[in-house]
Amino acid sequence: MSDDLYQQAIMQRAKSPVRAGRLASPDASVTVDNPLCGDRITLDLKLEGGKIADVAHQVRGCALCQASASVMAAAVVGQSTAAVTSAQDKVKAMLGGGDIPPSPWEELGIFTPVRRHKSRHDCVVLPFDALAQAIAQAGKS
Amino acid sequence: MSFDHAALRAEFPIFGSGNGSALHYLDNAATSQVPRTVISAVTNFETTSRANVLRGVHRLAEAATEAYDQARRSIARYVNAPAEEIVFTSGTTGAINLVARSFGDTLAPGDEVVISELEHHSNLVPWQMLRDRRGVVLKILPVTDEGRLDVAALSRVVTPKCRLIALTHASNVTGAVSDAAPLAAAARAVGAKLLLDGAQRAPHGPLDLPALGADFYAFSGHKMFGPTGIGVLWARRELLEAMPPFLGGGEMIRTVTLEKTTWAAVPHKFEAGTPPIAQAIGLGAAAEWLMRLDWPAVSAHELRLTQRVLDGLGRVRGAKVVGPSSLQGRVPVVSFALDGAHPHDICQILDGFGVALRGGHHCAQPFMERMGLGGTTRASIAMYNTDADIDALLTGLDAAVTRLS
Repeated sequence: MSDDLYQQAIMQRAKSPVRAGRLASPDASVTVDNPLCGDRITLDLKLEGGKIADVAHQVRGCALCQASASVMAAAVVGQSTAAVTSAQDKVKAMLGGGDIPPSPWEELGIFTPVRRHKSRHDCVVLPFDALAQAIAQAGKS
Repeated sequence: MSFDHAALRAEFPIFGSGNGSALHYLDNAATSQVPRTVISAVTNFETTSRANVLRGVHRLAEAATEAYDQARRSIARYVNAPAEEIVFTSGTTGAINLVARSFGDTLAPGDEVVISELEHHSNLVPWQMLRDRRGVVLKILPVTDEGRLDVAALSRVVTPKCRLIALTHASNVTGAVSDAAPLAAAARAVGAKLLLDGAQRAPHGPLDLPALGADFYAFSGHKMFGPTGIGVLWARRELLEAMPPFLGGGEMIRTVTLEKTTWAAVPHKFEAGTPPIAQAIGLGAAAEWLMRLDWPAVSAHELRLTQRVLDGLGRVRGAKVVGPSSLQGRVPVVSFALDGAHPHDICQILDGFGVALRGGHHCAQPFMERMGLGGTTRASIAMYNTDADIDALLTGLDAAVTRLS
């Protein structure tokens, strides 16, 4: 049974999203699609002195994608861009069977039941793809 | 049920030991299962007559060529067309790309090709590529709110510059079957050709392609109880003869010198290289098997189950059918949206009930944009499905609503 994917922690994050919406004047704004399912995230990023000052996301996607966007948004504010650029790799490594990454990513542990559903890994990774792209975009401007 | 349904289902090994009644396979529009006779045909070829076709004179080569030709004749009978009008391709996508490359390269800048908002990406992307290559203009036929081609808009979209109308014969998302007559009439009125994407129609009973009024028809083996990697392009003989080849190589030639090559007769002109022989033979066996079925009874069974899905969705909280609400002019494919629940989450939970569904954009992103949806959940029925499959679907959906709301 795959019902453990829809455990309380994931559903709570999906249904009560953190930092959902748009920013008024972001330093970077990206929209990323998952070509497999058509899920889409728009991510706005505000930077101050090399640190992430604010972030907002709009997700048209599944519960896993929405929950992942919330976990990501809750963790990145206050972090330096250098510290979070590798977040994507950390998520992928954990889904691939690796350990739950350390602070500020402990909450990613709620996604460990996704490990054995390979077709759903990208749902969790998509917000982190968007984060990496937004940081790259901000770096260019 | 006026046919022996249990016996028919028993012909499909996947529902036997191992999976049994725990598998509720409702993803037939993506890929159907194969009956034992198809598996036997492929195994028999590989174990008794494997050789290349249309080349050798030894006995295995002769047996292989005969089996390959026989498969073409079987498929020709399934669609009521001459065998030389049946071109083997890798699938529907391969067939449409062949037309886009071959017929498409005879078009001039400014010529128009009509497609629709309802198309599968395989009948959309090849035409965008042709547009970028040749400078043709794409015109888009809209869809109705019920997810059908908006035939009333044909007179606005089809102009005297139109050279090809390429549309779905049955939608893989909504299940709507297109009425071919007005499409053929619109094409004829301006001297254009009509291509129909029959991937979703071909599994639901024999066809009479010449009577349909189309000029090109594409379909896939793996959706009609045959192997993967094989499909068919049907086209009128005079069209195939006039079209330039697409791929060059072996089998498609008559005479080759270092300077120049003349082409083999149709359909071989369009079958460069060693074809998927075993797959073609398997598809021929599938066509023979399909032609032995009692289609009025099979169709009645498929549609009765479809009605059960439609009725059942009417009782699921927040469910909305995306597509026709009735059985008129539809294949047994039902897409739906569920308030507040994402198709992939629904499919994941239903998998826990042994129900195989498809969720997402179904390779029809423009249609999803048109309907204001990210995706839908789709249940697609084949003749081997049972009432127990529909019961499991509806029970699972109630559970999904509870879990996801």
